[in-house]
Amino acid sequence: MVFPRQRNDSTLRKPRNWYLTIGAVLTACMLAFTALGLFWTPYAPSAMNGAARNAPPSAAHPFGCDAYGRDVLSRTLEGAGATLTIALAVLAVGAVCGLVVGALCGYYGGPADALVMRLCDSVAAFPSVLLALVVLAVTGPGRYNVIGALGVLFIPSFARLVRGEFLKYRDRDFVKSARLMGVGDMRIIFVHILPNLWPTLLSGLTIGFNNAVLAEASMSYLGIGVSPTEPSLGYTLKDAQGSLFTLPWCTVFPGLAAVLLILGVGLVGEGIRERMGAAS
Amino acid sequence: MPKFVKRALLLLVVIAMLPASLYGCTGGTEPTSAPSGDVSNSGSEASAAQSGELPEGNSVTVGIAQDLSSLDPQLAATAGVREVLFNIFEGLVKASPDGSVTPAVASDYELSEDGKTYTFTLREGVTFHNGETVTVEDVVYSLERCAGSENDGTPLVSAFSNAVSIEAVDESHVAVTLAEPSTEFINALTSPVIPAGSGPSITETMVGTGPFRFVSYAPQDNLVMEKYDGYWNQEKAAKLDRVTFKIIPDVNSLVIGLKGETLDMVVHLPNTLLGEVENEFTVHQNTMNIVQALYLNNAVEPFDNELVRQAMYYAIDVDEIIEFVCSGAGVATGTSMYPAQSKYFMPELAENYQKDVEKAKELLAQAGYPDGFTMTITAPSNYAQHMDTAMVLIEQLKAVGITAELIPVEWQSWVDDVYRGRNYQSTVCGIAADDMTAREMLVRYMSDNRKNFIAFSDPEYDEVMAQAMASTDDAEQTALYKRAQEILNERAASLWLQDACELVVMNPELEGFTFYRTYVIDMAAISRK
Repeated sequence: MVFPRQRNDSTLRKPRNWYLTIGAVLTACMLAFTALGLFWTPYAPSAMNGAARNAPPSAAHPFGCDAYGRDVLSRTLEGAGATLTIALAVLAVGAVCGLVVGALCGYYGGPADALVMRLCDSVAAFPSVLLALVVLAVTGPGRYNVIGALGVLFIPSFARLVRGEFLKYRDRDFVKSARLMGVGDMRIIFVHILPNLWPTLLSGLTIGFNNAVLAEASMSYLGIGVSPTEPSLGYTLKDAQGSLFTLPWCTVFPGLAAVLLILGVGLVGEGIRERMGAAS
Repeated sequence: MPKFVKRALLLLVVIAMLPASLYGCTGGTEPTSAPSGDVSNSGSEASAAQSGELPEGNSVTVGIAQDLSSLDPQLAATAGVREVLFNIFEGLVKASPDGSVTPAVASDYELSEDGKTYTFTLREGVTFHNGETVTVEDVVYSLERCAGSENDGTPLVSAFSNAVSIEAVDESHVAVTLAEPSTEFINALTSPVIPAGSGPSITETMVGTGPFRFVSYAPQDNLVMEKYDGYWNQEKAAKLDRVTFKIIPDVNSLVIGLKGETLDMVVHLPNTLLGEVENEFTVHQNTMNIVQALYLNNAVEPFDNELVRQAMYYAIDVDEIIEFVCSGAGVATGTSMYPAQSKYFMPELAENYQKDVEKAKELLAQAGYPDGFTMTITAPSNYAQHMDTAMVLIEQLKAVGITAELIPVEWQSWVDDVYRGRNYQSTVCGIAADDMTAREMLVRYMSDNRKNFIAFSDPEYDEVMAQAMASTDDAEQTALYKRAQEILNERAASLWLQDACELVVMNPELEGFTFYRTYVIDMAAISRK
């Protein structure tokens, strides 16, 4: 029993879902671009070349070079990889923990649920980047600290999302009958109820992903994200910001990469929501 | 599909605005300040008088990259504090632009035949900012405090370890007697004169005799000072009514502040930003009178091994660093001395370690690190020059198998953990001379000096320095100081890099900026056209 309601046939006759199509194409392109950066960059991303300082885009350096003669294409490739990995890791931490917390709270309810949810509220009441700044000011910068700090901050939104869904399902007939048949709580939670959440979760994940990319970029931009020697997109932007007008290519290309990545995933999320809307 | 087009457009606009909203952010190392705050105002009453709107009277806001670590004028732990307090406090003598000292609170002084006793004549009519006249008691109190009377006896100003007695001769004369003759001691008397009995409260009262009077200090935000009308030297009295030093630990925000006219002047900008500012602003270019180096903690592995230090020195290319970080405008030093000390500076030392990767590998192999090693470089993140230098160094060290990791730290934790706590492997920073003497650049590397933050220890160096400081013969002393510099170079106590370049960028409406041969900003000379 996966979907509690019957799908009606309008899904099949629905006009084409443009959000999903365009989003998927964009995302696929950006993922390919990022994946390329994991295996190959035209130059070593941090190699400095005195001869190519401040070089504008050319055949040898399609995205130009920065003030140290580092190839901007290589740095964008690597930066996209760093940003993407961090965003995915943050999402993994936030979603998995949020899922477990939300599922348990939603399924069991009671005082523990109230307590945990108020805790989540208080965390969510702060702007997440600000809170992460505080955490990083204490722990110091670095890739894993960023993942940890942001990951924790992403828990409440997932927890709340999942809890709401569980509240909706926990008294449904299929759950009751499973319980009567003597199925254990854990099995009900993760095998019987959880699969129903998939569409909601997916759209939550795309939004979460975009927030994670943005949060990582803003933190690196503020100078307390990843180490300067492993450039993420945010750090590359910050680094080149001083020469925004003299060396525009150092900011435009990494910025564009971030924008396209977010736009693509955002459109996919929108597309999924639209399809879900049509389905329910 | 009009609905889609409309929404996609909206999305694009929002995304396009994103960089713009980020662009307005200031450096957010200070966790309690909202990251979206704008550069000009953090709500302190002082910044209300900033020049965003046209300044009432003559106020100027100066952007500085570092917070003031301690306001005690006599301790003045870092160069960045001294350069600001220079405007508020004065000693018996004060620095002049050419690197010598001129009389200030004292109108004159005499050095006895044996070179051991300085006698100062107090200038008449010098008043503190609280209106009281400076008396011999104040001077004696101040000098004794410098010599350590209020702490465990360790002099606040190291040169005072040579002083045996400080006494008032009469109502207008003070005599300082030294254990060993020293002609350089006069530079130590640039240490501020403060009211008798101030004690530690001086960091709150901040009463001095300088051309500006202290108004307020908000940590990590700003320091405000006003013109002192009773300044003794009307010729050199302040021309501005009010000066705000605004602390912004991010170089890009400093430039944005200039462009947005919330800042009128920024000091110590890196040269790499020249293209960004030269058309709109008045730019003064100079070297900073510091020695920038990759300072190595000689007390920890592997830098306790001289071969490793030398290997690293051979592995790097100083000229390339100067080219990348300073667009070629820095000067290679090769040792702990900057070129403005022309009498002592030895440019030939910078030639000694020409980049030689093979030799570096050989030395590393001898030292027992044939495959290199991993290390950390701690750098103060508010100084773009040092951060940039560290990044270039990391690239260069890769060639010999040394993997260095950059740890950016906030200025205050740099001062506490690295400089004072000596809890680091290596760091990129700049060292300046407190009192413009060659001695100050060298004495700190004697084994037991409290400022010896690289923990360099070499018996020959200690001996040469002891002789040099005791010497009364100028030629002999110069030769010994030069020998000391050679030792620092030979032993590769640290990887001495350069006297880094800097830009002072001012609103074109301002004039009168003068470079000193030491690390100060003389705001009294600056005026609006």
